[in-house]
Amino acid sequence: MKKTKTTRRAAPPAPTKTATGVPGLDQMTGGGLPRGRTTLLVGGPGSGKTILALQFLVHGAEVENETGIFVAFEETPARIVGNAEGFGWNLPGLMGRKLHFVDAQPSPDLVQSGTFDLSGMLAVLESKTRATGARRIVFDALDIMLALLPDEAAKRREMYRLHEWLVAKGLTALVTLKADADDSASVVQQPFSFMQFMVDCAVILNHTVVLGVSQRNLRVQKYRGSSFDENESPFLIGSSGFEVAVARTLGRMDAAVTNERVSSGVRRLDTMLGGGYYRGASVLITGFPGTAKTTLSGAFAEAACKRGERTMFVSFDSDGNEVIRNLASVGIKLERYVRNGLLRLISARTITGSAETYLVRIKALAREHSARCLVIDPVSTLSKAGNELTAHSVAERLIDWSKSDGTTLVCTSLLDEMASQAEGGSPLQISTLADTWIHLNYLVQAGERNRGMSIIKSRGTAHSNQVRELILSDAGVTVTDTYTAGGEVLMGTMRWEKEGSVRRATEVAEMAGRLRRVKLDAEEAELAVRVKSLQAELGAKKAEKVLMALTAEIDEREMSSVRTRMGELRGADAAIRAAR
Amino acid sequence: MSAKPLFRFRLYVAGNTHNSDQAISNLNALCRAYLPDRHDIEVIDIVRDPDRAAADGIFMTPTLIKLGPVPGRRIVGTLSQTQPVLQALGLEGAAA
Repeated sequence: MKKTKTTRRAAPPAPTKTATGVPGLDQMTGGGLPRGRTTLLVGGPGSGKTILALQFLVHGAEVENETGIFVAFEETPARIVGNAEGFGWNLPGLMGRKLHFVDAQPSPDLVQSGTFDLSGMLAVLESKTRATGARRIVFDALDIMLALLPDEAAKRREMYRLHEWLVAKGLTALVTLKADADDSASVVQQPFSFMQFMVDCAVILNHTVVLGVSQRNLRVQKYRGSSFDENESPFLIGSSGFEVAVARTLGRMDAAVTNERVSSGVRRLDTMLGGGYYRGASVLITGFPGTAKTTLSGAFAEAACKRGERTMFVSFDSDGNEVIRNLASVGIKLERYVRNGLLRLISARTITGSAETYLVRIKALAREHSARCLVIDPVSTLSKAGNELTAHSVAERLIDWSKSDGTTLVCTSLLDEMASQAEGGSPLQISTLADTWIHLNYLVQAGERNRGMSIIKSRGTAHSNQVRELILSDAGVTVTDTYTAGGEVLMGTMRWEKEGSVRRATEVAEMAGRLRRVKLDAEEAELAVRVKSLQAELGAKKAEKVLMALTAEIDEREMSSVRTRMGELRGADAAIRAAR
Repeated sequence: MSAKPLFRFRLYVAGNTHNSDQAISNLNALCRAYLPDRHDIEVIDIVRDPDRAAADGIFMTPTLIKLGPVPGRRIVGTLSQTQPVLQALGLEGAAA
């Protein structure tokens, strides 16, 4: 008990708010609880008041370097510490140094006679505060103590005494009070309502059950001198304590935007999208059952793993091993990535609970895995019974969170075949939030169902507006062009037939061309031969002509010589000789 | 009446408040009436000696602790209602 006295430091102008360490609550209040003031925490049984209060002290001790005192009226400190064991807060290490418990439970066999006051408690706490240098204090379940006071006036007097003491000491205090369950609205009518006017900040925890699904909500009722998020926000008591899910608040920094593209895992789809999805984008794949939504998201997961990015695949439909097997049948091999730890498969089929629970769990798991790419198949599970009201905001926050985290998110959404045959809105209405929306559809034609894929929208990307055919084979997923004939797209067998007939036609044409060429070659060859023979003939004729002329000359010469000879022989007259 | 034990009391009060004065005078009156010459009262001002109060686990003032004879009891309040006090101290039958 005896410790060196810590005099209160003359601190530099302290910020007016002090963080609670409860994710979400600090955002809602713009920084935490009012420093040096009193905050009231009202909630029904089991609404998490004690955990929130303890988390406030633990955060103070571990992060803000503020020692805290926990005054327990309802439970023994040992039980409180035991209950909080699962949150990994290192309470035993903090206790006695930065976190002090005061067991103020009234003993059960307490006899009361006449009125009493709390100045004894305040004197004890004052000495304790001085000894430990505490800056934060929690009064847990103060109502237990107040209930012992005989009348309303005495309760009020003691509350004011406590409040004045807290303000005088400059302690940041959190006082928890029980309220009737499910009745946060009428909290003003409750016995301790005057507390709410007295304190500077009031937080109400609300726990309701809608269609059998538990919904917990937190609302900041008042906060003097500060703006705050006035809406009810769902909260959860998760594996690391209290967590409030807040929607994006104004004034928060926008997430960094990149132009980096990541592959969808289907090469032709990347081309259609001008290079792939944007890094950090939210992609929505809608479609009826069996339109290969899972396959398409699996292809994305495989591509991410191939790039060496940590990826998480949350399946609400199948077990992890089923997913692996089913995707392996279309050439998407995920098993090795699961084995080397790059891919984490989460089967969430059996988890029941509020949409909020899903979101917080998915967030926690993704953070734990430090996933850069996340697949949720299908996200429409969030709107299961009991969650219709919250599912939309959960989906909104899912996208908001993944964006601010820079996680590329691919979620599939099941469309009810009967409900919306049109390519209408997805049940969660997240289609407006998603950056890229790919719709998968069946085209029933000539007795066949074929998968058609179209990009309904893709922000910041010039994209093809054609419906393509999605073909699944054991070699993988491919996208092919469809044939347009008479205003209708042809798919499946009809496309195949069309392709076949076109192929045949070209083959025939080619053959005909080849035949014609052969014929022409033959004709050409024949002509060439003829030309040769004619040339030969011509040569022969020429030679004959020369020969003829030669012969004629020889004949002539011979003839004249004969004639001369004959003349000589006959003694022909000189005239004849002269004539020669 | 010879074996009657000595009653030892410790009374925690907070400063010179109305409640403190009342508790002290009520206890004195009660002891005079029911435990003449066999009581021992120690009054502790919690404001001056908070460590003792903390050691005894005192949060509400005034608080009367009966240290002996066994069983020990704790009575909270100004002791203005005599009946429950007598009951708690086991002095119910002892008429004045």
